[in-house]
Amino acid sequence: ESSVSRKTAFVQAEGADESCVTYVMHDEDHTLGNSLRYMIMKNPEVEFCGYSITHPSESKINFRIQTKGGLPAIEPFRRGLTELNDLCQHVLNTFEQVYSRSFSTFGKD
Amino acid sequence: MAVPRSRVDEIRNCITLTEYGVRNVHTTDFPGNYPGYDDTWSQKRFEKNFRINIINMDDSTVEFDMIGIDCAIANAFRRILLAEVPTMAVEKVFIYNNTSIVQDEILAHRLGLIPIKADPRLFEYRNSGDEEGTEIDTIQLQLKVKCTRNPKATKESSDPRELYVNHMVYSKHIKWIPIGNQADHFGEAVIGPVHEDILIAQLRPGQELDIVMHCVKGIGKDHAKFSPVATASYRLLPEITFLEPIEGELAEKLKKCFSPGVIAIDVLEGKKLARVANARLDTCTREVLRNEELKHKVKIGRVRDHFIFSVESTGILPAAVLVSEAIKVMMSKCQRFLNELDLAQME
Repeated sequence: ESSVSRKTAFVQAEGADESCVTYVMHDEDHTLGNSLRYMIMKNPEVEFCGYSITHPSESKINFRIQTKGGLPAIEPFRRGLTELNDLCQHVLNTFEQVYSRSFSTFGKD
Repeated sequence: MAVPRSRVDEIRNCITLTEYGVRNVHTTDFPGNYPGYDDTWSQKRFEKNFRINIINMDDSTVEFDMIGIDCAIANAFRRILLAEVPTMAVEKVFIYNNTSIVQDEILAHRLGLIPIKADPRLFEYRNSGDEEGTEIDTIQLQLKVKCTRNPKATKESSDPRELYVNHMVYSKHIKWIPIGNQADHFGEAVIGPVHEDILIAQLRPGQELDIVMHCVKGIGKDHAKFSPVATASYRLLPEITFLEPIEGELAEKLKKCFSPGVIAIDVLEGKKLARVANARLDTCTREVLRNEELKHKVKIGRVRDHFIFSVESTGILPAAVLVSEAIKVMMSKCQRFLNELDLAQME
């Protein structure tokens, strides 16, 4: 109903409340889908989280979130994305740290 | 609890290889699955356990251990390396003359697959519909070769290398033609094929190639020629545990079941005793489980969160730089959707 932009459309099932939402994420696949599912499943307020690729020739995923106690699904969705971003930032920092340190060990690059 | 804690830990942390299958493959450490465990996501806990060790590194390859991360995310990095880190590759081929035996379309395809050494981070994506290209999104290359007879060749020679000039067209014949101020920006001889010895076509006297190419920025998802890696893969660290001491002749048998270097045999007071010397070298064949004497004495598995990455670059960027870029791509995906959500909430 509130199809906001081309990239993320929000599909809310008929009669359901805002705690059960399917997000359509365009131009995404298992890369973000599975990582984000993992992060959101780590949230104890989430009852269910899963995704599916609608069709091999369509580059979009349906990303479903159901929460406990009527919490709006957008909250764990946003939190999952933020946490995934922070995780990646730490991985990047660690990798670059180790990389610059091993520069001397393995010679020039 | 009916199941002892040690058993639960094993299910959570170790993938077990059994004679007829692989057990505990899936990640199960989610909140609510295990009473007594706090499985809620914690950045602090993650940072405490997370480690990266670079095992080996040179210009074209990097091998590193990534420890303390879930396979969903490790796999995302691998997938991004293969398909979503951008590079520059030949996209448009303008054939002014091709009298060689290689057909135009085959030639164009071959040219597309040649890795072009140019830093993709310094370029923009070309807008769809733009046929011309500008200095910020296009690299222009030229291949102009004509084959002739070698006047200095001896009469009785039958060797094409002696008879002809330019009869083998290699990637080194591709020359960069800077557009706009590219020459000042990048300097001479920076942009061109990574390898100079890729055979493109063979010519005979009178045949010639006159080709101009446009390289654009793209990702491997669109076409494999844009993929920045030759391979990017990971495996899990193997884990071998003895349920009881393995001695004597059995130790020798055990050693033969694994790859060289995995099992060592110590001699203590004239008695042979097997020891796991280096589990990393194991290929996880499960040969040991075919041995009736040994299969109940050994447990083999893989550590769920210990990834041994191996990334091999095509030479466009150093492999380690590609890994950094892949992580940045992952972050930009998160950022993109967070921005979308912000926009949606403002409306």
